[in-house]
Amino acid sequence: MNAGSHAVTDGMVALSVRGLTVSLPTGMERTHAVKDISFELQRGQILCVIGESGSGKSVTANTVMGLLPDMITVTGGSITLDGREIVGMGPEALRSLRGRVVSMIFQDPLSALNPLMTVGAQIDETMQAHGIGTATSRRERAIELLTEVGLPEPELMYLQYPFRLSGGQRQRVMIAMALAMEPSILIADEPTTALDVTTQAQILKLIRDIQRRKNMSVMFITHDFGVVAEVADSVVVMEKGHVVEHGTAHEVLKTPKHPYTKRLIAAVPHLTGTNRVPLQTEANGPVLKVENLVKTYRSGSKMFGTLRVVPAVREVSFELASGRTLGVVGESGSGKSSLGRLLTKLMVSDSGRILFEDRDIATLSEAEFRPMRQRIQMIFQDPFASLNPRATIGRILTVGPVAHGMDPARARDEARAMLDLVGLDAGAIGRFPHEFSGGQRQRIGIARALMFKPRLLVADEAVSALDVSIQAQILQLLDRIQRETGVSMVFITHDLRVASQICDDIAVMQYGRIVELGPPSQIFLDPQSAYTRELVAAIPGERPRDMTPEIMTAEL
Amino acid sequence: MPAFLLSRFLQSAVLLVIVSIIGFTVLNLMPGGPLAQYGLDPGMTMDDMERLKDQLGLNRPIWVQYFDWAWRLVQGDWGTSFRDGTPVLSVIGRHLFATLLLMGSSTVIAIAVGTWIGIRGATHRYSLFDYVATIGAMVALSIPTFWFGLVGIYVFSLKLGWLPAGNMYTIGDGSVLNYLHHLIMPSVVLALVHIAIWSRYMRTATLDVISQEFVKTARAKGVTERRVLMKHVVGNALLPMITLAGVQLPSILTGALVTETVFTWPGMGRLFLDSLGYSDYPVVMGLLMFSAILTIAGNLIADIVVALVDPRIRLA
Repeated sequence: MNAGSHAVTDGMVALSVRGLTVSLPTGMERTHAVKDISFELQRGQILCVIGESGSGKSVTANTVMGLLPDMITVTGGSITLDGREIVGMGPEALRSLRGRVVSMIFQDPLSALNPLMTVGAQIDETMQAHGIGTATSRRERAIELLTEVGLPEPELMYLQYPFRLSGGQRQRVMIAMALAMEPSILIADEPTTALDVTTQAQILKLIRDIQRRKNMSVMFITHDFGVVAEVADSVVVMEKGHVVEHGTAHEVLKTPKHPYTKRLIAAVPHLTGTNRVPLQTEANGPVLKVENLVKTYRSGSKMFGTLRVVPAVREVSFELASGRTLGVVGESGSGKSSLGRLLTKLMVSDSGRILFEDRDIATLSEAEFRPMRQRIQMIFQDPFASLNPRATIGRILTVGPVAHGMDPARARDEARAMLDLVGLDAGAIGRFPHEFSGGQRQRIGIARALMFKPRLLVADEAVSALDVSIQAQILQLLDRIQRETGVSMVFITHDLRVASQICDDIAVMQYGRIVELGPPSQIFLDPQSAYTRELVAAIPGERPRDMTPEIMTAEL
Repeated sequence: MPAFLLSRFLQSAVLLVIVSIIGFTVLNLMPGGPLAQYGLDPGMTMDDMERLKDQLGLNRPIWVQYFDWAWRLVQGDWGTSFRDGTPVLSVIGRHLFATLLLMGSSTVIAIAVGTWIGIRGATHRYSLFDYVATIGAMVALSIPTFWFGLVGIYVFSLKLGWLPAGNMYTIGDGSVLNYLHHLIMPSVVLALVHIAIWSRYMRTATLDVISQEFVKTARAKGVTERRVLMKHVVGNALLPMITLAGVQLPSILTGALVTETVFTWPGMGRLFLDSLGYSDYPVVMGLLMFSAILTIAGNLIADIVVALVDPRIRLA
């Protein structure tokens, strides 16, 4: 819509997509991955393509790269790269464009590099594929690229294997590889989604810097409006294979026109520097009290000198009152998930106490703990992997309570009531997990946990795998359930914005320690530890230190 | 790496001890015992039997016999054959070359053909080639090796007269060509089942790797399809296959046992069957230990090769 009004000459457009239709094989949910989409990427700009899963944004990127799988075909429209029409181009011609005129970086840097080749060899391969330079000149260029993307000791890095590098470093290698041939267009497919928030901030800055320095055109695919606010010059919003809105970043973020865009922006979790209104509960003691909890992972053997000791949880202490939610936030490797597994006794702690309803469960044996297990339940991250695909919903919900001695008929009645509570139709009881969407499955996961009438719910990244609009619904559901049942919650997440939505208190973890614990107002507006400040500053699209909470919510 | 090797060597030693105890016990549990066949000989008196037992040390308690045997083995003395009194090691040595020749050529054929079929099946999934390869593998796995051997002899030796029906060479003709001519049928027959297994695993491993992100990365760099396949896909797909090769080695030895009998191949497989028939326990035990060592060595070598090839293990 906006693209049409731009008076652009062809020289200004790096990538133009006109009426593109990509068909899916018969038997899929939709007949088209994308249908009749049009947009333009201006030279020297960053265009963000945003949408939820199934919107067709990745298919669009792969089409531009000529990397569609065989079953998916372009059935209409045109794509011009630097003025060249690529729809209908032969495979060899496409190959010679890839990496040279248009490059791509991917979401998961852990799997995007060949584990058996050194970093240097993989960068070298890009140049070699296009017949550029000699072995020596390519090596020099590769080291230059490694320097450019800010990797330490580029000469050594050249000889490293990917497994030695952190996620952020690998993504820098990917960028170096993509830049090797000085392409005019870079396609970034969710390049920061798999990264920690502080690493994400660094990579976003790197992409922005390089784009400006080289006057490159970037098509940036994301599902995160925070990222859009951070990097985009213009934005394309996609929904179910259609472009629903297209405009400058300012226009789309400030005055979204299409109802879907409005809904999407409204669903984005924001830092609320305001504290949650605490739930009124009878003033009994804490449900959970953790004292000096310690867990250390050991692998290998002392005898052969291969012993590795990784402290996962170090001297962690906190209290959780009934009906309250404690957020545990931290980056990967901070020990937050280990803590969750210790609390549910899926893993045995080394020392310290876990007082649950005034009883130390840390020292209980599996048999002694079993009757109490019902009172502490877990909600998992991946709603696709956490439900048995061969069991009906009814069975998934009732198998636990029945095993603990509940009458099967009564369990089924309760399961129906529970499905109603989590906002699902009672008819779901006879159906199988694959018949439900990700958000619905997560509701089933929550219903399963609630079947035991637990006093404590441990939710490990319970909304991280979900699209933002679904995420918002699940957060609301958890909030409502807590208000109705008075259950206490430990909410583990890497996303501070999500934590700020639902938690009464937030514990920030780093290297197995709680470095700061306090209400959201403290964590987000007046962080006491340097690490918390760094984390909060790295949140994309948020500028908490420069503005008051009211302005912050008004900004987007 | 040295620590890894040391621990693996210790494990291997323990394993060998366990195998030898089981083998020794089972062998001695067999009814009749080593002198059973003399019982049918009317010329043998009870006194003769006792004298023979005494001479061979068979009237000692079984654990004394075991330790005596094990202690000599450690010192390099594998015992002497009951049949003709020659040292076990030289009996095995006489048959070693034939078996290694057969196993070696079979392994090369199985790996080469199996890898090719596996890769092609994965890159041309659900094509006619893939279906034929899948069905072919099922057939090769379901039909016993000796049947293929007999059919091969019937077709290629009796009907067509292209290949010899047995033996390792024609007496009086020691040329390499003559050996190769004799080698073709037994090694192909022995390889069949391993081609089937190997191609199935290779297909799965290739499919696993093809769907990995780094393959897409390579394509996005503009690398040619051929290099994507050979360097990125096959390179990574072969990694789990190295371990498989180590595990497969002993089963090729077992297969050789049958194949050698069908083709009257003068190898250890036939030696094993003959020795069992004659209750020649020292030779049987020797062969058992030899195949145990081969099995363990195969796995050990596979592990070392994987560790050398995979930087994640080599540098960890």
